[in-house]
Amino acid sequence: MTEKIGGRLIKFGDNVNTDVIIPGRYLVSIDPQELAKHAFEPMGTEVQKRLWSSQVVVGGKNFGCGSAREQAASCLIGCGIKAVVAKSFSRVFFRNCINTGLPAVECSEAAEAALDGGELWIDLEQGMVEVQGESFSFASYPESLKQILEAGGLIPYLAKYVLPQQEALKRHTPELSRR
Amino acid sequence: MGKAFAEKVLARAAGLSDVRPGEIVDVYPDLYMSHMASWRCIRTLEKMGTDKLYDPERIAMVMDHISPARIAKTADDQRLCREFAVRKGINKFYDVEAGIAHVVLMEAGHIRPGMVVIGTDSHSTIYGALGALGTGVGFSEITAAWVTGKLWMKVPESIKVIIEGPLARGTSSKDVMLKLIGDLTADGATYCSVEFHGSYVERLSISDRMTLCNLAMELGAKNAFVRPDEITRSYLGERGVPPGQYTEIHPDPDPVYVKSVTIDGRSLVPQIACPHTVDNVKPIDQVAGTKVNQVFVGSCANAKYEDLVEAARILKGRKIAPGVRLLVSPASKEIVARTVKDGTYSILLEAGALITNPGCSACAGDGGVMADGEVTLSTANRNFQGRMGSYNAEIYLGSPAVAAATAVRGVITDPREFL
Ligand code: SF4
Repeated sequence: MTEKIGGRLIKFGDNVNTDVIIPGRYLVSIDPQELAKHAFEPMGTEVQKRLWSSQVVVGGKNFGCGSAREQAASCLIGCGIKAVVAKSFSRVFFRNCINTGLPAVECSEAAEAALDGGELWIDLEQGMVEVQGESFSFASYPESLKQILEAGGLIPYLAKYVLPQQEALKRHTPELSRR
Repeated sequence: MGKAFAEKVLARAAGLSDVRPGEIVDVYPDLYMSHMASWRCIRTLEKMGTDKLYDPERIAMVMDHISPARIAKTADDQRLCREFAVRKGINKFYDVEAGIAHVVLMEAGHIRPGMVVIGTDSHSTIYGALGALGTGVGFSEITAAWVTGKLWMKVPESIKVIIEGPLARGTSSKDVMLKLIGDLTADGATYCSVEFHGSYVERLSISDRMTLCNLAMELGAKNAFVRPDEITRSYLGERGVPPGQYTEIHPDPDPVYVKSVTIDGRSLVPQIACPHTVDNVKPIDQVAGTKVNQVFVGSCANAKYEDLVEAARILKGRKIAPGVRLLVSPASKEIVARTVKDGTYSILLEAGALITNPGCSACAGDGGVMADGEVTLSTANRNFQGRMGSYNAEIYLGSPAVAAATAVRGVITDPREFL
């Protein structure tokens, strides 16, 4: 992961919730392309058009709060979004991004500095965000999460690295809470 | 320094002697819950090219969110789950008649103190009501757990919420939580384990503990917790789970909490979360009089037996206001049976309620949706734009008592007027 990722950004405010990112009525699908058509639909078609031509989503505090729906991350991938940068993320949304292979970067200063329609570039390896001619650093991912992102998400990661050693793994289960 | 609940239970489930907040550990959950999303897990499993399951006994599936199916695609998805459960010997499978997954699994005795439970639903925090660590994850993670038995988790820091009681007249666990969410805001507990303590919580019913832990999600919590006690043991005992079948985990006497918050329930007034965020909370006198088109008593937060009884207490011998729709969706089949038996069901019907089958119902936008410009007062846990039909409709959240009083008057009403 040495290349920079990024491009044009679309900026949102605080507490953008999953029902706005992808309304519950569309969860019958898990196809990112199909879901992309309805991403941010409650905000109207103007916002959607700008979303579809952007590569980075920038959010404020608590981005992606609400439901555990994984489609909130995958619909953005369907839109062509390469990364999400926010002041902070809701817990499940952050997990869903990593697990679907979409880099989610927590960087308050960068989210603050970003201007709607401007450009933003991320160097995941260095833990740097460039926006508005400035560079900001962020805490880089722990190794285990990096591997998942590099593989393109949790499922491809498991298929590649974990399943082949499945049998060996079984032996390490800790003692259960008595069921 | 002692350990908080989350550190102790995650250390146990990770097979480690000691874990610290911030650490990322591989945890082996005791139960993996999936609801309607189960079909996505099955499809993901197929994509992975394996069908070896780590432990079918840890898989629980409940066909909620959309029940029964309304379109052929959903019927097909549900059939996939049904057939998969039979083929794989998944005993904890509950079909469309059962109700909301969280409530169904607790009633069935599958959730026990000291467990780590992951679910394809953010309100999995509710399992803290029985002293378990419950947390929401995406469907890929459930599939991963089906196969590998494990999941990466960050050990959370803990927040102590002290609730002093008894609660003021006309208020309930819902008002406590709305007040807390209003004060701390929607990200007030992000990534944190929220422990409930204080005189109100001791000897509190499991139903109210469920409301507390469920709504902790709206603070961004990773999980929530109420210390297991006699009430917990007798709830489980009634469901055929004697204390020998679980190991309680309690926080140490002196853990490090990142934050400690006290709520004085003795001076609480009914609270309302206004559109379109759950932390947009106001005391009821600031919104009383707002006209509503629909009242919804439902969801895993507030459609339990005790909630329906509370609503019926106000609705008894009264009629709902003309032109208002009162939708009641009991959380589970067991709750329907109890309300039929003790007459609560008829009180609601006679007042003018439309009582649906048990399930998520309008909370998931599955029936009971609104037209443009309409307003619903709901006992659910979310009021996000577009969650119940039109993007141009509004949802206010309140307690079952507020819902009942509002249904009678047709405008948001302080339930204390009826008590
Ligand atoms: S009742 Fe509502 S909040 Fe609870 S699980 Fe169903 S959709 Fe989610």
